[in-house]
Amino acid sequence: MSVSAHSQSIASPAIRLRPAPSLRRWTEREAVFSWLMVTPPVLFLCALVGYPFFYGIWLSLEDRPVARAGQFVGLANFTADWHDPVFWQVAQNTFVYTFAATILKMVGGLALALVMNQDFRFKNLTRAVMLLPFIVPTVLSTISWMWILDPAFSPINWFLIHLNIANPGPSWLGNAKLAMGSLIVVNTWRGLPFYAITLLAGLQTISPELYEAATIDGASALARFRYVTLPLLKPVIFIVTMFSVIFTFADFQLVYVLTRGGPANATHLFATYAFDVAMGGGQLGMGASIALAMLPPLALIIIALAVYMRPARS
Amino acid sequence: MRAVKLWLPLGFFMIFTLFPFYWMAITSLKSNQELYNRKIMPLIVYHPTLKHYVDLLTETNFLTWTYNTLLVAVVSTAISLVFGVMLAYPLARMRFAGAALISFAVAATYLVPQPLLFIPLADIINHLHLGDTLTSVILTYPTLLIPFCAWLLMGYFRTVPLELEDAARIDGATRLQTMFRIFLPLCVPGFISAGIFAFTLAQNEFLYALIFLTQTDVRTVPVGAIAELVKGDVFYWGQLMAAALLGSIPVAIIYSFFVEHYVAGLTSGSVKG
Repeated sequence: MSVSAHSQSIASPAIRLRPAPSLRRWTEREAVFSWLMVTPPVLFLCALVGYPFFYGIWLSLEDRPVARAGQFVGLANFTADWHDPVFWQVAQNTFVYTFAATILKMVGGLALALVMNQDFRFKNLTRAVMLLPFIVPTVLSTISWMWILDPAFSPINWFLIHLNIANPGPSWLGNAKLAMGSLIVVNTWRGLPFYAITLLAGLQTISPELYEAATIDGASALARFRYVTLPLLKPVIFIVTMFSVIFTFADFQLVYVLTRGGPANATHLFATYAFDVAMGGGQLGMGASIALAMLPPLALIIIALAVYMRPARS
Repeated sequence: MRAVKLWLPLGFFMIFTLFPFYWMAITSLKSNQELYNRKIMPLIVYHPTLKHYVDLLTETNFLTWTYNTLLVAVVSTAISLVFGVMLAYPLARMRFAGAALISFAVAATYLVPQPLLFIPLADIINHLHLGDTLTSVILTYPTLLIPFCAWLLMGYFRTVPLELEDAARIDGATRLQTMFRIFLPLCVPGFISAGIFAFTLAQNEFLYALIFLTQTDVRTVPVGAIAELVKGDVFYWGQLMAAALLGSIPVAIIYSFFVEHYVAGLTSGSVKG
């Protein structure tokens, strides 16, 4: 009561402000206020994400050299991709890269999280240092890896040579199989902290009482992990893996810096191949079709993950 | 026992994690003679020199790149935080038709991989005559950062109790006043988390910068290093490493001050979600 009297006493003398209260009442409505707030960012995202997305679909249906007008060609770009052996190699590379790196990061990250879930001194410092690969700009840390994997000056090769294991040492980025392996290791190096820290946070939410109860029931350490830790961690693992799969599948930086897709396309991923075709070859339409081809397999992977690892209804 | 369960695996992971940074640091301090001498043990520096740092700062545009990188990161982070709040506050606090659709759209935007958009965006930037301007990346980086900030802030906003806002509303404050004077000041930790995250993401961005920025005076550090310290088959290793190390420092400093906020932001999305 006192509230309305109070606001009236302020509003009533100002006759020229009469339209204002109704406008104000209008903007005070929950829905109106909300929409006034969200509209600017939504428009911004529509202009710079939504529009480019659909424009990309349009481009993929055009023969579009970089500096000239496009010509509508229907699905010709996609049929060209279908008959392009490099395209299938790229698809295979991307799957191998994503699968291997994800498994390594998941297993390594879980192992590291379990190790760090013990009490020890300098735990926070260790955790902070552990995250460095994840926060340092990827291109810059990859420059260091480039020199670690250099064919002539690799420190790994120096030890291989001086321990008489191999001479000359392997060409880490020059041999097709090794190059893919090297990329997977570097990707794992960069992504593992994200898994470890997130899974560690997940582990810390598991109540110790559950472990005590399991121990009293005679469960071994392995059984406790299998029947207590893993099921409770599953939702976290699911989300982390989904994020990681998407960004690994669409990776660009590592490959661009370390191999540019070589040797002989052995490490080209969808992103780097699309980049080569569109920016290097100037074929925007073809490039767009390659980038779009990434979408269906990515959607399938995510659906498969969701089905396989879906958190039990809670 | 503790050695096997804790220190051994931890030591292994730490060496794996830190070796590339160690390698970066020592390589940047080696003279070219030492760098290209295949006889000597490569893991130590025999005669440290700052020559590569001096060359990097005097013979390349590294300082300009650093300035560009920081400017772009700060501005796009600021834009993203403002837009992020504008999305997150209503989504976390209000009920309105379309809310579910918008939060779905924000999540979807976050999951759209960058390589899906760079070709059409390159064409759009060209049409707008924004190529080789910092505006091009200042406009496009927030598309990567806003969904993230909105998501993180939404999580944080939900942890703030409703009572204070209710009290302010009963006292006659408008929704806008409530938000600015009562609510947002309570959310500073959330802003720090989202801000640091956005800042590191902006520093890390490479693809858009590589495509939109082709002139040396508008380049960012990662693009400048890759495009100008590698000339054909010639790699200026010492300078590359010096650039990598110096370029990592701004992020590392900010990170070291706010580690806890960063970790909180990193884990909030997945653990609570």
